Amino acid sequence: MEKIYDLIIIGAGPAGLAAGLYAGRSRLDTLLIEKGVDGGQIAITAEIENYPGGLSGPGTVESGAELIARMTAQCAQFGVERLSAQVTRVALDGPVKEVHTHEGLFRAKAVLIATGAHPRPIGCPGEKELMGRGVSYCATCDGSFFEGLEVYVIGGGDTAVEEAIYLTRFARKVTIVHRRDELRAVQSIQERAFANSKIDFLWNSVVTELHGDDGVLSAMTVKDTKTGQERRIEADEEDGMFGVFVFIGFLPNYELFAESVQMDNHYILTDDAMRTNLPGVYAAGDIRKKPLRQVVTACSDGAIAAMQVEHDLASGAIG
Amino acid sequence: MFELDKDNFESEVLQADGPVLVDFYGNGCVPCEALKPHILRLEETYGDRIRFTGLNTSTARRLAISQKILGLPVIAIYEGGQKVKELIKEEATPQAVEDMLKAYCGL
Repeated sequence: MEKIYDLIIIGAGPAGLAAGLYAGRSRLDTLLIEKGVDGGQIAITAEIENYPGGLSGPGTVESGAELIARMTAQCAQFGVERLSAQVTRVALDGPVKEVHTHEGLFRAKAVLIATGAHPRPIGCPGEKELMGRGVSYCATCDGSFFEGLEVYVIGGGDTAVEEAIYLTRFARKVTIVHRRDELRAVQSIQERAFANSKIDFLWNSVVTELHGDDGVLSAMTVKDTKTGQERRIEADEEDGMFGVFVFIGFLPNYELFAESVQMDNHYILTDDAMRTNLPGVYAAGDIRKKPLRQVVTACSDGAIAAMQVEHDLASGAIG
Repeated sequence: MFELDKDNFESEVLQADGPVLVDFYGNGCVPCEALKPHILRLEETYGDRIRFTGLNTSTARRLAISQKILGLPVIAIYEGGQKVKELIKEEATPQAVEDMLKAYCGL
């Protein structure tokens, strides 16, 4: 007889790691699967200011990677089994759930979907071809390539403005390109951006095309959202290139579950105990339909989900 | 894995006799760190067909840009002084790198 876990968690972001911690403490036989980096989106975030208990302040702002490293270690302390693999297919009907991966098939009585989200692309011509050649969604990965050069940050939310501030460590000048005439980021972040002499703003503007010269980003077309007028912004002649960092929100990683679990606009619907429409299938974190997607709410979801799994297994509701 | 730098890239990669895999990474690049153990694992299988090397672009920025590397991680295969295949950023999953190596080695 093949092994059947109590719980398989798909995704080791804050939701999956918090669920792993709680499941491990409850001695649930748990497997946590991650295809890439623990933490997902938050692992590549330069600074975490708003996780309660996280260190923050001048000179002590914690990075996402540092926060996640502690969560990973804490999860491991409670004996959660780990697997580095990409899930290719799931079968979630019936009492025994199947999770197919590149490393084989795994079974469990309960599955927690914590696959999170990925950066939303601009969706304009040239973007795909120039990804990694001037276009980036990861400031901590690629910021240093633009040392002394110009950088454009697309977006006006918390992430966009925070990463723009981070990029001023490298870039000569950072221009925030936003489709409205005011930022959406919280006030304290806005104040830091407005006080930073390296940061400039291009209001009421959207990028409609990215242009490469010999395979490297060298120009872009922006459209004024008020007048509809388009203009082309060229790289400084001496530089010959610039960076475009895109932070215009996220899209849920829902594809694996599209056929099985109820969703609204690709976000999974759950009750307040993180149960989906399928018995034994739970969802937590950014993949859920909910009003606030933050590390703190992802952790909360994960904890609630793990405790509900324990409760449902103990009561005989599932398994 | 052989560690490259800006001084030996020319001789070890561009002038190399056989094919060379280059793992372009950088300081503070979390996805690069996550990918590295998978590349080391693949070296055990494919290392006798392709030479595995790594370049820390944080100490070789100009060189990286000259190779059109402006985003990390990138796993590239060079042959005869040319970059013949590459997987950039999100494309560079362990599975995709193995598939690229298999296809390249005709396996």
